[in-house]
Amino acid sequence: MEVIQQLVNGISLGSIYALIALGYTMVYGIVKLINFAHGDIFMVGAFIGFYSITILDLGFFPALLISMVACAIFGVLIERIAYKPLRNATRIAALITAIGVSLFIEYGTIYARGAQPEAYPDGVVSLKSLELFGVKISGQSILILGTSLFLMILLQFIVHKTKIGKAMRAVSHDMDAAKLMGINVNNTISATFAIGSALAGAAGVIFGVYYTKIEPLMGIIPGLKAFVAAVLGGIGIIPGAMAGGLVLGVIESLVSAAGYSLWRDGVAFVVLILILIFRPAGLFGKNIREKV
Amino acid sequence: MNILKQAKFFWTSIVLAIVFSVIMQFLITGGTLNQFYVNTLFFIGINIILATSLHLIIGITGQFSIGHAGFLAVGAYASAIMTMKLGLPFPVAILVGGLAAAVAGLIIGIPTLRLKGDYLAIATLGFGEIVRIVFLNIDYVGGASGMTVSHLTTWPWLVACVVLTVVVIANFTNSTHGRACISIRENEIAADAMGINTTFYKVTAFAIGAFFAGIAGALYAHNFYIIQPTNFGFLKSFDILIFVVLGGLGSMSGAVIAAILLTIISTYLSSYPEVRMVIYSLVLITMMLFRPQGLLGTREITSFFKAGKTAKGGVQHDDKKTVA
Repeated sequence: MEVIQQLVNGISLGSIYALIALGYTMVYGIVKLINFAHGDIFMVGAFIGFYSITILDLGFFPALLISMVACAIFGVLIERIAYKPLRNATRIAALITAIGVSLFIEYGTIYARGAQPEAYPDGVVSLKSLELFGVKISGQSILILGTSLFLMILLQFIVHKTKIGKAMRAVSHDMDAAKLMGINVNNTISATFAIGSALAGAAGVIFGVYYTKIEPLMGIIPGLKAFVAAVLGGIGIIPGAMAGGLVLGVIESLVSAAGYSLWRDGVAFVVLILILIFRPAGLFGKNIREKV
Repeated sequence: MNILKQAKFFWTSIVLAIVFSVIMQFLITGGTLNQFYVNTLFFIGINIILATSLHLIIGITGQFSIGHAGFLAVGAYASAIMTMKLGLPFPVAILVGGLAAAVAGLIIGIPTLRLKGDYLAIATLGFGEIVRIVFLNIDYVGGASGMTVSHLTTWPWLVACVVLTVVVIANFTNSTHGRACISIRENEIAADAMGINTTFYKVTAFAIGAFFAGIAGALYAHNFYIIQPTNFGFLKSFDILIFVVLGGLGSMSGAVIAAILLTIISTYLSSYPEVRMVIYSLVLITMMLFRPQGLLGTREITSFFKAGKTAKGGVQHDDKKTVA
């Protein structure tokens, strides 16, 4: 039963990774940029959720919505100010800018409000825990899973059934051709950033409710791990990011359960290096031959 | 004639370096410089080694590695084990630190250098984190509480290591092998087509860079009395990366100048660490937006003095040279 309990924990953690990984994978799929600042948008989302719950005295769902909207705006601002002028620059220049933006958000937050951690108040979510075949699943886990699943289905709907989703798929397939077909590439890229950042903001609030403690540097490690999840599933592939996040969460929980909890952070990177060496296209990806 | 000129330039710089270091030695032992300035000087020396070693990997070979703190950690811990646990002399520890880091560079370089661009960056970042977590979990080296190290780094050793690093990397850059590395930076596929063994040169540059980062690690460990895994997180890697990016990707003198300037700035801002990081990040972003090639681009500081003389000979313009 212990193993199944850990599996449930792993899936809860994994769905948070999956939500962050979706933003990475969408942005990478469309502008080929590792948005290092994505983990920090997750952190900002957690703080916005925290302040809406404590200061504005809102419930979980209103806080989640506020955080998603604010993060979407924040993500678009970052894209317009820092990344858009570099669209034709080298990949390295864009990557360094992303690192710079990430550091700026982290230390700007510390500068603005100090480095002390905050704790989400208890009782934001009052759901009874569920007993299933002798495994106790807490109300929070159910809420996390439910919210994540809902957001992922919503994302699939947006990407596959709406006009902006079609534009996003077209731009990620071939930006120049999409431009020739009359698609507004700039708006499409901004929309991608907005959707990805909103998901990261939601993940931040969920993380805060589940793990209670939030701090300005909390986005770094989940951000990197979510990137690993995106690579694991095949970067640029949306179902891949979901699967990668869940797999990574489960692996981490099993490693903790085996008694190596201090090595937990290392495992994600070992997974990354192994996947990059043996299957660089990811679990869901197709191998594309290099063209000269 | 040209070779003679180069040799003359080389020996003049060496003599100048020796004169400078002897003067500084007298100032330090004479007590003219207070401890604050001496510490800053040591910091500058270590950062110059780190900046030039990363310059070889990123600036010359074009392999974007952001796990340099991992090699620093390997060198620091390996050398500290030599002196503190095995009681070996300091020079041996420096050498072992460098070699251990070079071996780590080979181990990580051979599989990951098959990757390109972003993937390589993430893999090296992951490697740096793995190194940190490994040291965090080994009780022999003190785990999270760290390892106490006696203060053995002296000014002559520091200067010797800095000069050695700069000379070796400058000469490597100007050798056949260095040119092969530059060709990989410019266009890997073309370099491959011209018969250059790209994998060999990428791994070689990586191992040399790691070797000198390990030497810097040995000096670092024996300068600070204590080493902890938290000192070698990826923020340290970013610090080193900023030296190279700010100085100009492909310019060694640029990296050295950036290392000196940023070390001085950061020691003055050390009581406000978050202000320092905000400034660093803004510098990185504005630099990439307005001058993505860095302060000096791929040029060296010496080329500014030579420019007037070579112009009348009709030699190619400096800007067209990609050779650092």
